[in-house]
Amino acid sequence: MSAASAISTGAMNLGPVEPTTLPSRGRVGIVILILTETVFFSIFVAAYVFYIGKSLNGPRPKDVLAPPILNTICLLSSSITIVLAMRALQAGSIRSFGIWWLATLALGGEFMVGTAMEWHRLIYTEHLTIRTNLFGTTYYSLVGLHALHVTIGLILILLVMVFTMLGYMDRRHAERTDVLSWYWHFVDAVWVVVFITVYIIGR
Amino acid sequence: MAGSIEHPIALGADREQVSLPLLGSVHEWVVTVDHKRLGMMYIGGGLVFFVIAGLQAATIRLQLAIPEAGIVAPQVFNRLLTVHGTAMVFLVGMPVLTGFLNYLVPLMIGARDLAFPRLNAFGFWLWLFGSLLLYFSYIGGDGLYGAGSAPDVGWFAYAPLTERAFSRGNSTDYWILSILLTSVGSTATAINLLTSIFCMRCEGMTLRKMPVLVWLAAVVSFLMCVALPPLSAAQIMLLLDRFLGAHFFDTQAGGSAILWQHFFWIFGHPEVYILVFPAFAFANEIIPVFSRKVIFGYSVMVAASCAIAIISLSVWAHHMFSVGMAPAGNAFFAASTMLVSVPTGIKIFNWIGTMWGGKIRFRVPMLFSVAFLVQFLIAGLTGIMLGVAPFDWQLTDTYFVVAHFHYVLIGAIIFMIFAAIYYWFPKATGKMLSERLGKWHFWLFLIGFHMTFDTMHFAGMRGMPRRIYTYQPGRGLDTLNLIESVGVIFQAAGVLILLINVIRSIRSGEPAGDDPWDAWTLEWSTSSPPPEYNFATLPVVRSRRPLWDLKHPEDPDWKYE
Repeated sequence: MSAASAISTGAMNLGPVEPTTLPSRGRVGIVILILTETVFFSIFVAAYVFYIGKSLNGPRPKDVLAPPILNTICLLSSSITIVLAMRALQAGSIRSFGIWWLATLALGGEFMVGTAMEWHRLIYTEHLTIRTNLFGTTYYSLVGLHALHVTIGLILILLVMVFTMLGYMDRRHAERTDVLSWYWHFVDAVWVVVFITVYIIGR
Repeated sequence: MAGSIEHPIALGADREQVSLPLLGSVHEWVVTVDHKRLGMMYIGGGLVFFVIAGLQAATIRLQLAIPEAGIVAPQVFNRLLTVHGTAMVFLVGMPVLTGFLNYLVPLMIGARDLAFPRLNAFGFWLWLFGSLLLYFSYIGGDGLYGAGSAPDVGWFAYAPLTERAFSRGNSTDYWILSILLTSVGSTATAINLLTSIFCMRCEGMTLRKMPVLVWLAAVVSFLMCVALPPLSAAQIMLLLDRFLGAHFFDTQAGGSAILWQHFFWIFGHPEVYILVFPAFAFANEIIPVFSRKVIFGYSVMVAASCAIAIISLSVWAHHMFSVGMAPAGNAFFAASTMLVSVPTGIKIFNWIGTMWGGKIRFRVPMLFSVAFLVQFLIAGLTGIMLGVAPFDWQLTDTYFVVAHFHYVLIGAIIFMIFAAIYYWFPKATGKMLSERLGKWHFWLFLIGFHMTFDTMHFAGMRGMPRRIYTYQPGRGLDTLNLIESVGVIFQAAGVLILLINVIRSIRSGEPAGDDPWDAWTLEWSTSSPPPEYNFATLPVVRSRRPLWDLKHPEDPDWKYE
């Protein structure tokens, strides 16, 4: 008997085996990814805070920035709709999952449209670009980095939406979809930090 | 596999192998998601870059062997030291060490692969192509400016030297993109390792029953997840500066050069531990097996590793004492640096405690491990010296610092990589490496290492600055530098012997058997080399040393743990 088979059958020693319960790979993986991304964002937030008020020329944040209240409400509500969608999926109600999922997609989409309009105004009316001053440099990079994450989330959500409309979704996919919803919650949480940094502390 | 015969793709693969055997096997390696093959590709690729970056170091030492030598031009010298340093950290240290962890962790936790095998392959190819970018800069770094080839800004690429105004051409862009890609690949690997350790352990293997190597793999993966993103973030800022005209590190627009230093060293210091933890991990497996004792203080060892990981995140600015921080900052970072030496000291005592009273077998892996212990201790002591801010003001940017970190990187890490190669080569290939050649390798490398790096301390204390491409005669540096350069010959001879040893062993080495060292962890319970699925039936463990339990049913470990 080789060592390999002996050790698995436990034929040679019959000591107690401690029970082990192992968590799901997807959930652990996404939590670690979120940890990594958190550090990544905090460096950009640190740079933003470090450069508040250090621009050598205008425009300054208080002259051109208005808190995007509607955007914020939409993005934060999308966290609620995605929870409702997940509950529906876990209960096996695909139709109501699809409705809440579509609502999440729409709310996230509104956020991106709102951001695009804000950037358009800043660039063409206020003449603030990434090269104008330190405020422009840090503003576009931090908000842009968050918007990039929202975009990635929206693409994934859209993918699931397409699967739902083609009738491929069912309760068995709840686990994986839930992992995606954790990423979406993270993107929302980052927005809270970005909002406080840029529109409250930075102004 | 009988079942897959009718499958058209499998048939195609068979035909390819018949007509072009070499292409078939290359194809197999390219498309593989097997953690063992990827691990070996990491190690093999890393060792190729080790030879290249080693030859660059040899060229540096050749230039410095005598005062006012004219072997390489100053610009060429700057490129040599930048690419040597960058390559040794990102193209050699990281891949070889994560390659070992890739290979060993699933075997040691009794799993068939990592949690995300395709992510693992993705990380490897990202690393490989990122690495090639760094050396491609010698060809493509010109850009349209005709302004130099490879990066020449030092491995930590301080701003604003790296800004577009001071670094024309694309050489710095190659540095950024190469390291950005390899960092993303490493982060993917770290997420994969950590997830595997949490989710893929075999039956009975609770966290407290994992081999210490696996614990350290978890700690180092955590560190990679939190320490690599700051570098990537800073590099993205630098890219924005260079390509979109942002002002992060542009001092003329109010940007801060010091901010880059902070961001770099927030990554840079934990990076030292990312490199040294796997070396610790190898020592934790090798020293007990060759002392014929269980590891001394398992729980303390694990706790000390976690403590080092946490403290190492708050010591970064000891690399920046000379930029003129506030006294409170200096005091904090000096104190935290002292603090990190406490758990490190605990580890050294634990290794000595493991050897104490053991029946020590001085085979080649153990020889390298003992040298590691002594050299790592010395490296730690010079580290504490440099952690004292006023001492650092005197000796920063001298050869004393160069000697200190080469003591860590070579004296500790490269020595343990050699130990690990001799220890696990029989498992990966089924052949033993020659003990006689291994001893030649060890002694030559040991003599060469001490000739080169012991003397550097003294050159540094006599005031020889880092990164200079030449020096004047008659300043008390001539003899020291000559000895340093002669040491390179011994080290190169040692590495050459390792290469001969590996080739000879693959051709006609004596068969290793499943368990040549009479060891205790799960990788030795399967065949050498292990089958693609690792274990025919998944193992069940009852203690930290499952193979001991198996070999000694009359006195198993689980009774005492």
